[in-house]
Amino acid sequence: MSESGKDAAIQVKDLRRRFGHQQVLDGVSLDFPRGEITTIVGPSGCGKTVLLKHLNLLLRPDSGQIVIDGIDVTRLGSRGVDAAREKFGMLFQAGALFDSLTVFDNVAFPLVEKTHLSRIEIADRVHETLSAVGLDGMEKKYPSEMSGGMQKRAALARALIRRPVILMLDEPTTGLDPARTGSIHALIRATQQRFNLTAVLVSHDVPAVFEISDRIAFMHQGKIAVSGTVAEVTSVHNEVLDRFLAGKASGEDSAAAAG
Amino acid sequence: MSVIGLVGRLGALIIDNIISLGEFVLFMANAMIYAVLPPYKPRLLIRQLRAIGADSLFLILLIGAFTGMVLGLQGYNTLRRFGSEGALGTVVALVLVRELGPVLAALMVAARAGSAMAAELGAMQATEQIDALSVMAINPVQYLVTPRLLAGLISFPLLTAVFDVVGILGGYVVGVDLMGAPGSSYINGIGENMTGHDIATGFFKSVVFGLVVMWVCCYKGYHAQRMATGVSRATTEAVVLSSVLILVWDYFMTSILL
Repeated sequence: MSESGKDAAIQVKDLRRRFGHQQVLDGVSLDFPRGEITTIVGPSGCGKTVLLKHLNLLLRPDSGQIVIDGIDVTRLGSRGVDAAREKFGMLFQAGALFDSLTVFDNVAFPLVEKTHLSRIEIADRVHETLSAVGLDGMEKKYPSEMSGGMQKRAALARALIRRPVILMLDEPTTGLDPARTGSIHALIRATQQRFNLTAVLVSHDVPAVFEISDRIAFMHQGKIAVSGTVAEVTSVHNEVLDRFLAGKASGEDSAAAAG
Repeated sequence: MSVIGLVGRLGALIIDNIISLGEFVLFMANAMIYAVLPPYKPRLLIRQLRAIGADSLFLILLIGAFTGMVLGLQGYNTLRRFGSEGALGTVVALVLVRELGPVLAALMVAARAGSAMAAELGAMQATEQIDALSVMAINPVQYLVTPRLLAGLISFPLLTAVFDVVGILGGYVVGVDLMGAPGSSYINGIGENMTGHDIATGFFKSVVFGLVVMWVCCYKGYHAQRMATGVSRATTEAVVLSSVLILVWDYFMTSILL
């Protein structure tokens, strides 16, 4: 049970990671309740992308735990890591679609490589998932022939194709105009509810992203400074958070800029 | 700076270099281990055989022919001073098979396919496609590096053999047809003087060069930095380092194999 009283799909406990002389994660503790969207926000360089890379097991912490469905995934060997990753879908910042493959082949890729489904079953799943993200009829396009928003949709389809229980999204609206940002946000919310996913969303898109989030975690200097439901976080008074939401640099950043 | 500070810096530098050398070696060791572990991906290997081998064929034919032709020209003019034009075939064939074939073929493939490979892997790293493979529980070294390594080990000796044969024919065309060296001794000289050891030397060199070029180009691309200059730097370093290693290794291999 997490502090919110709900069943936590992911529990992060006192996670620490240092790169050289920089303590990027300095004791992060956070629960991600099952079936909700938890959005991690914070200024650039606060460690939110590094935290996400620990959650999807691309990086390993110096100390601390990440417990997913009761298993501490930070201590797993490579087979355990692969098994844990079966539960994830991940949407990368720029989509990370394979340029050499069509949309169909990109979305089918995880099924072709990791399952023994027949061609027909794969094609059905791909068409179904592409229509869920609003990309009907785009199967034969290459990523380079599509707009940024469509690439994000295709990448989301690829992340969903193996029916994960956890969806991780790294700045899904970077580089999109406000209208497309709104439609991608709506798509993320609809998808999360349709498949009852636990979603981890890293975003700098405040306050737009609050509309689709259940919970917010505000990261600052390698720690979770404030976390809670959207209502809780927006009502709490924290100097750094207020400055961040008001679109101003934090105290030390502006001091550094002035100095 | 104090003496202890200097010693500390030197130590840190040495440790950093040993760590990166270790990473370089482990990278290839991993790729080799995954070559024997399932799942096997013949489709990926065939695609790389095409990219490295088949697509380099025209270039190898062209460079091989001109290398043989210039050897025929230079060889004929030099040998004529000693009145031994009859040895032209032997000279051209031995120089090509033992030395120029493996070296020039490797340099050309490094410049053509190796640079493309480093750029492709670098771009995949920069756009998180390699991370995407990992998150999909697909080992990126096994998926990306192993097929390229195997394709290099298969393609290099074959391309070198093509280079040698075309070069010998080019030498014949210029030396015999154009300059007038005796044709029968050109052909017979090769058969009489070329030994199995000469061919084995060239074959061995081409396999080692295949390993070196794939190793360096894949490593540099795979570890490209995620910025605009990262891919171009990786590509440049890949081609320069493979070329230097080809020529340096060639000397040492020659001195051992001679």
